[in-house]
Amino acid sequence: MGELSRDQLVGFYRTMRTIRRFEQRVVELINRNEIPGAAHEYVGEEAVATGVCHALRPDDVITSTHRGHGHILAKGGDPRRMMAELMGKTAGYNRGRGGSMHIADLELGIFGANGIVGAGAPIACGAAMAARLKGRDGVAVAFFGDGATNQGALLEALNLGAIWKLPVVFVCENNGYAITASIREMSPLQRLADRAAAFGMPGDTVDGMDVRAVHEGARRAVARARSGGGPSFLECRTYRFVGHFTAEKALGIRYRSDEEIEEWRQRDPLVTYPAWLRERQICDPAEVDEAVEAVLEDAVAFARQSPLPAAEEALDGMYATTYPGLPARGW
Amino acid sequence: MRELRYLEAMREGLFEEMRRDSSVIVLGEDVRHSVRGLTKGIIGEFGPARIYDTPISEAAFTGLATGAALAGMRPVVEYQINALLFVAFDQLVDQAQKLRYMMGGQGTIPVTYVITASGARRALAGQHSDHPYPLLLHMGMKTVMPTTPEDAKGLFKAAIREDDPVVVFSPAALLATKGPVPDGDYVTPLGRARVARAGADLTIVAVGPLVPEALAAAETLAQEGISAEVIDPRSLLPLDAETLLASARKTGHVVLFDDSNRTCGFAAELAALFADRAWEALRAPVRRITRADVPVPFSTPLESVVLPSRERLLEACRGCLAGVKA
Ligand SMILES: Cc1ncc(C[n+]2csc(CCOP(=O)(O)OP(=O)(O)O)c2C)c(N)n1
Repeated sequence: MGELSRDQLVGFYRTMRTIRRFEQRVVELINRNEIPGAAHEYVGEEAVATGVCHALRPDDVITSTHRGHGHILAKGGDPRRMMAELMGKTAGYNRGRGGSMHIADLELGIFGANGIVGAGAPIACGAAMAARLKGRDGVAVAFFGDGATNQGALLEALNLGAIWKLPVVFVCENNGYAITASIREMSPLQRLADRAAAFGMPGDTVDGMDVRAVHEGARRAVARARSGGGPSFLECRTYRFVGHFTAEKALGIRYRSDEEIEEWRQRDPLVTYPAWLRERQICDPAEVDEAVEAVLEDAVAFARQSPLPAAEEALDGMYATTYPGLPARGW
Repeated sequence: MRELRYLEAMREGLFEEMRRDSSVIVLGEDVRHSVRGLTKGIIGEFGPARIYDTPISEAAFTGLATGAALAGMRPVVEYQINALLFVAFDQLVDQAQKLRYMMGGQGTIPVTYVITASGARRALAGQHSDHPYPLLLHMGMKTVMPTTPEDAKGLFKAAIREDDPVVVFSPAALLATKGPVPDGDYVTPLGRARVARAGADLTIVAVGPLVPEALAAAETLAQEGISAEVIDPRSLLPLDAETLLASARKTGHVVLFDDSNRTCGFAAELAALFADRAWEALRAPVRRITRADVPVPFSTPLESVVLPSRERLLEACRGCLAGVKA
């Protein structure tokens, strides 16, 4: 394992803690109807986004999924503008046009969370190709779930990345389930990273509950991509402690046993990692917690005071160049 | 002026834009050997960094173009056949077309999609004869369909320069037709219709491969003493509604001649436009001659019943003027 500085190690925790608390605040706000709709929480999977994004530079690109808050925070997304977007406010990243599933910040290389499973992977390939064509050594990461590995667009993207040796890293967040569908039933493979062999690229499986293991795997894959070695597939074994989305409880569906959830909870990175930091006296996690709390408090306050968009704005922003009658009005 | 074939004119336009702007890249199946002819010789001039023969992966190369565009390139994506739009549909309408709006206006997605042989030719049957532009218009996607070599070059160049996704339909039936093409650099701007023939009694709005048919029909009508105006919208979105409406207000009679399916087709949209905004000038109900809502059949006699024809257009024009209900 590469040598990590104290700052990096503390940074991992700060990011993971921010994601965890962000998600918990989101649930509270949904329950209070301050955030409309539902959200796909990342609780349990924080080590994946954190380990991967901390291996990236600001000019690198990510494409995210429907479960995107963690990726965006880890890539440097501003909790204020994220929270404002979730509330549908003008100060939100997407000015209220995207919500939870579509947060994007092109300046930070966040090419969007995406509501269509697997759809971000080809887009990441395009960002990777553009970086190369412009003579830059930028890298693109495509995040996707285990369920997405059965989606055509993703498999096609793996092939494109491989034949053109694009500087892209395919990060599979294997949390075991696609909504209620267990990957054990939906794939013949024990190890999803074995798919990589079919595309002639390295496929690595790491413990997705261990931020240092994820980071190490990501660092290798990113270095390979950056130096012209082409794409890699990084499977991170993880688990979501909560439902597929915030409305799942109301559906009353059951597809996982309590024992299974409890088993994974024993490996909660937000318990094991701060314990590890404390043990080695790298930092006092409580201090980080306090700082994170302040950031989120401020983010919620900021989002609350941001105005809702004016209704007349609803047709703005679709085209870079507009024409009379375009976009068409609905009335 | 020089005479060029439609496809040659498009090709010239593509090469000019690639010379002008190094961010233009081309992706598609077999583009180096150019089965269709649009990209003939392109690899020799521009080299492998800008020209990509893709695997048969329409979703992935369409999505790749979106990502590359968001990161500053101007990809031109060629689809070998019209039906491939269906295969890439999510990446077209859910991604390329929606992302800018959904991102709150961040970024631009200057991708040009060329359907190099759209519509029916002869005997290609159901999966190679579609003209699916209404699906894209429905999603708000900028769409053009040039019908002359001059416009083929000019609209293609305009599409490449546009900062939004633009779909260019080049009808299979027109690819080999010849016509005058101006020398030098020019573009045909989006959003302006072309009055292909001026007339006073009746307006025919004809789309794509039906424009030459409509002009021929107008000749026949002229011999009967009927003066038909033929309008080629050529830019379907943005649409030059004013030119269409001005013609309808002048003639009071409108017949729509469209090579897409009938239900929720482009002609249905135009019929609503005339009803909304030229009602007071209309002296007869708007008529539409379109494709039937079945897959285009293989056998010639069946095919000719399903596709819109000049004969049926003539009948509709005469009926419209005589005040006979459709
Ligand atoms: C192409 C597509 N099919 C189905 C859905 C509905 N859907 C949303 S999330 C999801 C499960 C995705 O599972 P996975 O990729 O494993 O990601 P996870 O939710 O576990 O993070 C499904 C089926 C969708 N959004 N897109």
